[in-house]
Amino acid sequence: MELKELTIKQIHQSLKNKEYSCEDLVKEYIKKIKKEDSKYFCYLSLTEELALEQAKKVDEKISKGEEIGILEGIPLAIKDNILIKDYKCTSGSKILENYVAPYDATVIRRLKQSGAIFLGKTNLDEFAMGSSTENSAFGITKNPKDIERVPGGSSGGSAAAVAANLCCASLGSDTGGSIRQPASFCGVYGFKPTYGSVSRYGLMAFSSSLDQIGPLANSAEDLKIIFETISGIDFLDSSSVNLEEKDEKLNIKGLKIGIPKEYFVEGIDPEVEIVVRTAIKKYEDMGAEIIKVSLPFTKYALPIYYILSTSEASTNLARFDGIRYGVRKEGENLLDTYMNSKGEGFGKEVRRRIMLGTYSLSSGYYDAYYKKALKVRTRIVEDFVKAFDKVDCLMTPVSPFTAFKIGDKVSDVLSMYLSDVYTTSINLAGLPAVSVPCGEIKGLPVGLQIIGKAFEDKKILNIANLY
Amino acid sequence: MIDKKEIERIAKLARLKLKEEEIEGFSKDLSSIVDYIDILNEVDVKGVEPLSYVHDIKNVMREDIRASQPQEVIDKLIEVAPDKEDGFVKVKTILN
Repeated sequence: MELKELTIKQIHQSLKNKEYSCEDLVKEYIKKIKKEDSKYFCYLSLTEELALEQAKKVDEKISKGEEIGILEGIPLAIKDNILIKDYKCTSGSKILENYVAPYDATVIRRLKQSGAIFLGKTNLDEFAMGSSTENSAFGITKNPKDIERVPGGSSGGSAAAVAANLCCASLGSDTGGSIRQPASFCGVYGFKPTYGSVSRYGLMAFSSSLDQIGPLANSAEDLKIIFETISGIDFLDSSSVNLEEKDEKLNIKGLKIGIPKEYFVEGIDPEVEIVVRTAIKKYEDMGAEIIKVSLPFTKYALPIYYILSTSEASTNLARFDGIRYGVRKEGENLLDTYMNSKGEGFGKEVRRRIMLGTYSLSSGYYDAYYKKALKVRTRIVEDFVKAFDKVDCLMTPVSPFTAFKIGDKVSDVLSMYLSDVYTTSINLAGLPAVSVPCGEIKGLPVGLQIIGKAFEDKKILNIANLY
Repeated sequence: MIDKKEIERIAKLARLKLKEEEIEGFSKDLSSIVDYIDILNEVDVKGVEPLSYVHDIKNVMREDIRASQPQEVIDKLIEVAPDKEDGFVKVKTILN
């Protein structure tokens, strides 16, 4: 059996046709990971026992002649900030180096019920804070398209694992672009669903008003299959909602696609712009109508994002105080124990963001930073509402540039943050967006971002599927 | 400019111990980030409501009954704590 780029449907057909057993499939993936992953470092740990146990159940069903569901027996990789019961979950942090998940995240529970298989846990920037996976405490993931380059981040391991065919599809989390940007850098499909459509119970919280779990895969259709399985209301995440979107047949003729001019300004690599515009032209040729729109508050999205996400992170990460989880570094008194545990347990970028968030929430600065950012966030949302009066979806680049070299942006914090310039406003507005591989520049993939109205997730996945 | 003294103040609020040699770097990084986010000052937000959650959210209510976790989960939650005794998480003395 040769593991090349496989879609969920292809594996599903092969299992049904008994071309191979599920156990053989899983063993083959595990073998390939053990042989090849030393080159890329996509995986932090394998869940081999669980995978084989799950595979046997699928094979039993097939041998009894029972029907299997579309995700049954499909090998997936899971970002290591999502809990799988009884397996390690580190969030790429030393502070959780030996932490074993006491329960399943809701998305994992749903995937288990659908019969999907978990191969292992993928590398990420520590607590999902970063754009290159260089902030992992355990090592740097390399881009399978060019191992001198980053895979993007923070779901870099999940994107690289799909790109290197070390899984069929994966789960990531997206707070400011953490699914879409690595999908774009590695040349795979990635989807950030509407805020609230997928439960975050069992996802380690980074920024609760922005975080969403979503899939990465080899096709838009695969994204949809996984999304339909993991979405829906969950009483364990009170921000989750039920989706009422029907899966309507898409008519490309007359579909109105908005092109926001603020996404094609100074700072974008001219070659990226050409590839993205060519991709948009393809939709025009299929019969879509291209409409110029403006989102005037776009340039404020990144500063708002860095205030709000760090403020929320500074409170969310307060729980890692050396008392309830992970590493404890004793001090003379309780305060010293807190300070030592967090000071030594967290890596530099996490500490930098906790500092920035604490600063914007601190007395004297709260109005100028945190509250101001919340107000300008209202403006960002209004921009999108106005644009969506005129169009069905928006198309933009995912990133202003292709994958950069490992080490290139580590010392320049601001230039690293600018990697997220086209993705953060979507999280601030809670919208769904998909990254579609739409071409390459010197062998490095470029992603087209398709942004939809809130709760029109399936519609933009169907639009992505036409590409 | 966020100077060394300010960095030390924030670190204490955040319960983070910084290494002496890191303080200067953090002062430089945070200053450059804050300079960048200061472009928000251009925006007039008079009369604009702050937005914390994007969708209309309302309280999610449930019956007032105890929804307890299985004992197995409780045991595992205790198990991951660095210091515990008899099914409790052990905390350092907070009163002298």
